[in-house]
Amino acid sequence: MPAQSIWTLLSWGPDGWSDDIAYGAMVTIALALATLPIGLTIGFFVAWAKQSEEPSLRLAANIYTTMFRGLPELVTLFLFFFGMPILLQYIIRFFKPEATIDVDSFVAGMIVLSLIFSSYASEVFLSAFRAIPKGQYEGGYAIGLSKWLTMRKVILPQLLRIAFPGLENCWLSLLKDTALVSVVNLAETLRNAGVAARVTKHSFLFYSFAALVFLVLAILSSIATGFILRSLGRREAR
Amino acid sequence: MSITEAIAVERPPPPAHGWPRTRIVGYALVGLWILFGLGIVAYLFYSWNGEFFARYAPAYLQGLGTTLALVSISMVVGAILSLPVTYGRMSKNRILSGIAYCYVYFFRGTPLLVQVYLVYYGVGSFRVQLESVGLWWFFRDAFNCGVFAFALNTAAYQAEILRGAIESVPRGQWEGAASLGLHKLQTLRKVILPQAFIVALRPYGNELVLMIKASAIVAIITVYDLMGNAKLAYAKSFDFQAYVWVAIVYLVMVEILRHGVEWIERRITIHLHR
Repeated sequence: MPAQSIWTLLSWGPDGWSDDIAYGAMVTIALALATLPIGLTIGFFVAWAKQSEEPSLRLAANIYTTMFRGLPELVTLFLFFFGMPILLQYIIRFFKPEATIDVDSFVAGMIVLSLIFSSYASEVFLSAFRAIPKGQYEGGYAIGLSKWLTMRKVILPQLLRIAFPGLENCWLSLLKDTALVSVVNLAETLRNAGVAARVTKHSFLFYSFAALVFLVLAILSSIATGFILRSLGRREAR
Repeated sequence: MSITEAIAVERPPPPAHGWPRTRIVGYALVGLWILFGLGIVAYLFYSWNGEFFARYAPAYLQGLGTTLALVSISMVVGAILSLPVTYGRMSKNRILSGIAYCYVYFFRGTPLLVQVYLVYYGVGSFRVQLESVGLWWFFRDAFNCGVFAFALNTAAYQAEILRGAIESVPRGQWEGAASLGLHKLQTLRKVILPQAFIVALRPYGNELVLMIKASAIVAIITVYDLMGNAKLAYAKSFDFQAYVWVAIVYLVMVEILRHGVEWIERRITIHLHR
């Protein structure tokens, strides 16, 4: 192999690797964005359960967060990636004995990251719940809104505004956690950079490139969240 | 209004009787968890394999030792490294604080896995230079690379914890100490740090837990820590209980630590409770 210059390696096209890593970055972003709504929804309901007056609901929610905050992300990922096919196969064998199951690494990553993200987000939501005075609920009930409507129309808008800075942190760690899914062969940023590193033997160059991609994503997210935060602040009731 | 009336009004509403919807949902969810727990126990019971246990239990124990060594060495080295970083972050010198800011931003903004790869695979690009300096023996070993990356990473996080804790102490404490004639280092040691550590204890505990959880990723760069041994056991036996056992060990470890930190926190803040 002729010695290629660094600029050829970093170029866009068949000789360079920039397009592969850019494609990986797209997968990273897609994974994080696909996880976000699921994680936020689960996190919100877990937090709601945690501040409920019903002890059994609190217990169920606490078991959930203890488990997914206590397990290393990698262990959770492996448990699902290797465990889910076994479990699904077991179930499906009742219906169709010859079927085999393969779990897509994107889906497995999405499920695992949602579980982890939601258990961290639920802590953020919980402290936001505690910051909302009781009078807000009572006011909602007093004008005849149901429990669910009070939650949606009165509490949730305030909750999101209070929880936003904390959720930003959760989002940043979600972005970083997506790198772990490269271990189960999802072709995202780190994986593609790793392939480039192995083929060209320029490990330091390509792993630095991957680090740079993640840094840029983090910087872009903080710009975006700053923008959202300003517009939230403008809408705040005076 | 008499006192008894006032108490009657102030009393919270009695807990709901019967089966309100939340209780049905709550019992159902707890029931699901119980089923899940029973499922795990049943799984471990039916797949119990004395041979598997005899073969891999010592390896797991050894792996646990490796994990604990990795985490404790990197925590201590990281704590030492975090001091100059904290100094830089809090310094009024633009250049110094800029460098420290970039350091912290890099290590907090990129995944730990990337940093570990950067050290483990990346230093291979500088083999000739490292050999000439005589440091190659250090980076040749995956464990050392893990410690190196983890220490740099945790130094960034610990620097932020330390800075936050020091800044949480009111300015008046510095001024009071200065008016008593203490110089800066004395003030820091005798006045500021004892108060800052109460604030910092919980974040430090969290960082320790995060490090233990994160340490599982060194298994990917061929270090035989707890996770590494589980991977090996799974690769050899194709027995899924390899991962179930490792999950249990990590969970127990993290829970013990978390409760330990809470206990210490209760002890050292006893004078603040009334």
